[in-house]
Amino acid sequence: MNRLTATEPSELTGKRLEPGTRARLIGRANAFWLPVVTLWHRELVRFWRQKSRVLGVVASPLVFWLLIGYGSGDLGRFFAGALVLTVLFSAIFSTISIIEDRREGFLLSMMVSPASRVSIALGKILGASTLAWIQGLIFLAFAPLAGVHLSSPDLLPLVLVVFLVSFTLTGLGFVIAWRMNSTQGFHAVMNLLLVPMWMVSGSLFPMSTAHGWVRALMWINPLTYSIAALNHLLHLDSGPRLSLSLAVTCSFGLLLLILSGALANQKTTHSSA
Amino acid sequence: MIAVEALSHRYGSRVALSDVTFHVDEGAIFGILAPNGGGKSTLFRILSTMMAPSSGTARIAGFDVTRDPAEVRRRIGVVFQTQSLDKALTVAENLRAQGHLHGLSGSTLSSRMEHVMARLGLLDRRNDLVETLSGGMRRRVEIAKGLLHSPLVLLMDEASTGLDPRARLELWQYVEELRDRERVTILLTTHILDEADRCDRLLLLHQGKIVAQGTPAELRSRIGGDVVILDVSDPAALGQKIEARFGVRTSVVDQVLRIEIQNGHRFITEVVEAFPGAIDSVRLQKPSLEDVFVHETGALIE
Repeated sequence: MNRLTATEPSELTGKRLEPGTRARLIGRANAFWLPVVTLWHRELVRFWRQKSRVLGVVASPLVFWLLIGYGSGDLGRFFAGALVLTVLFSAIFSTISIIEDRREGFLLSMMVSPASRVSIALGKILGASTLAWIQGLIFLAFAPLAGVHLSSPDLLPLVLVVFLVSFTLTGLGFVIAWRMNSTQGFHAVMNLLLVPMWMVSGSLFPMSTAHGWVRALMWINPLTYSIAALNHLLHLDSGPRLSLSLAVTCSFGLLLLILSGALANQKTTHSSA
Repeated sequence: MIAVEALSHRYGSRVALSDVTFHVDEGAIFGILAPNGGGKSTLFRILSTMMAPSSGTARIAGFDVTRDPAEVRRRIGVVFQTQSLDKALTVAENLRAQGHLHGLSGSTLSSRMEHVMARLGLLDRRNDLVETLSGGMRRRVEIAKGLLHSPLVLLMDEASTGLDPRARLELWQYVEELRDRERVTILLTTHILDEADRCDRLLLLHQGKIVAQGTPAELRSRIGGDVVILDVSDPAALGQKIEARFGVRTSVVDQVLRIEIQNGHRFITEVVEAFPGAIDSVRLQKPSLEDVFVHETGALIE
C-alpha cells in the first residue's frame, strides 16, 4: 500500500501535504476505488440507520403480489413481477437520494473533490444496487409461497440475476435522477415511465396474450427480459429464451452504466449544479 | 496563486459576471465583498470548478479551472454556504468519506482527521450524528471538511453564516493562522463588513462588475474625509437645498441623506444651523467599507 508513514512530519504538525507528493503516493487504482467504496459504504450505513425503509420497500410489492396472486388464483404467475417491483421500488428510493444529496449539498462536496466522476457514479449505483439486491433477496425468500421450490443449483444464478436486475434498475434511476432538481419530478417520471415499464414487462400478463402495440412495447422493453430470466430460473412460465434474456439485461445494465458515467462527467454551465 | 482574467458569465441573457480580472498572491486572505446577487456566487462556482465560465479564464496554482478541474480540485478546499454534510452520518464518518474522496486513507487520513477535529473543537462530538448538532457545530464540521486534505487554497463561501460571534472570531483566528503558519491562500466571500476588514485584500463586486479592489485601507482612502449621515423626513428635497447652499455632493441611500466631506464636524454645525428643525438626527463616521461601496455604486451591501 502506498501511504505516507506515520513519521511524516506533516502529520505531526498538521502542516499541509504537498498535493503533488500525495498524488504520487496514492496509486491511481486506489484513487479510483476508494471513492467507490466509501460511497457504497455510505449508502449501506444510511440504509441501516433507517431500517423502516426495508419494510416499506418489501411490504408493498408483497401485498400487491398476494392480492393479485390470490385473487387470480396464480401466485407463481406474478412472483417474478412482484420481485422486480420490490427491486424497482428500492432502486427508486435510493436514487431519489441523489436529488436529496443535491439539495442538501452533499453532492457539491463530492463534485469539488478530485474523485473521478465515474467513480462517484459507480459508488452511488453500486451502493443503491446492493440495497435493492438485499431487498430483492428478502422477497425471494417468499418463493415457497408461490409453490416454487428453490433448489440449490438454481440459487446462485438467481441471486446473481437479482443483482443484475438491481444494478440495471438503479442505473436507470441514476440516469433519471442525475439532472433533476426536485423529487416531485422524479415521482412524475416514476408514474409515467417506470411503473408502466414494469406493467408491460410480462409481470402482469405474458407477452403471448398481449395485443397490438402493447405487445410491441413488450418486445422492446428491456425489463421484459429481466422478468423472463427470473421466470426461467424459477421454472415458471417465461417468454424469451434465457440466453437472450440475460444478454439483453446485461447490455441494458452496461448501457446505463456508461450513460451514468457520461452524465456525471458532463460539465455544466448553469446554476443548478 | 489565483489568477482570474477577463472572466464573464451569463445565464441565458442575464449577465452574472462581466469582465472580472484579479490576482491573489500565495498566503493572502482575499475577500470578495458583494451584496446578494452581486455575482459572488457565480464567481465562487467557477473557481470551485462547479461551472464553466462563458468566457475568460481562471487559474488556481497554475491550473485552469475549466481545462484541468481534477488538478485544481486536488489543491482546493471548499467550504460552501449551504450545508454539504450527510446528516445521517456522524462527524467522523463525514470526514472519513471526505478524505476518501480526496484519496486519503489509513493512518494519513486518521491523523488529519484528528488534527482538524482538534483544531475545530469537534473531538468530543466525533461520534455524534450530524443531524443532532447545532447549526454552529455543523458549520465547524463543514470547515473541518474543507481543510481535511490540507489544501493549498481554501475557498469559503459565506463560511461564517450561522456562527455566533465567538465561533466567528475563532474561525478567523484559525484562518489567519493557516495563512501565517502554512501559507494557505484563502479566498472568501462575505457581506459582513467586519470580516471584510480583516482581509489582506478586497474585491468589491456589484452587478457582476468589479467596482473597486485593494487593501481595506486603500479602499477607505478613496473617500477623502468623513461621512455625514442625516436622518430627515424628505431626504431628496433637503439634499438639493444642501447642494445649492454648500456646493457639496449628496446622495440618498436607503431613505437617509449621505454626504462625503472633509472636516465633517464643522459641516455638521453649519448644516444644522442652516436648516433648523429639518434634521431629525445626525451621524458622523470615518468611512467604512460600506461607505466605500455606497461611494462606488450608490447602493448598500446588505
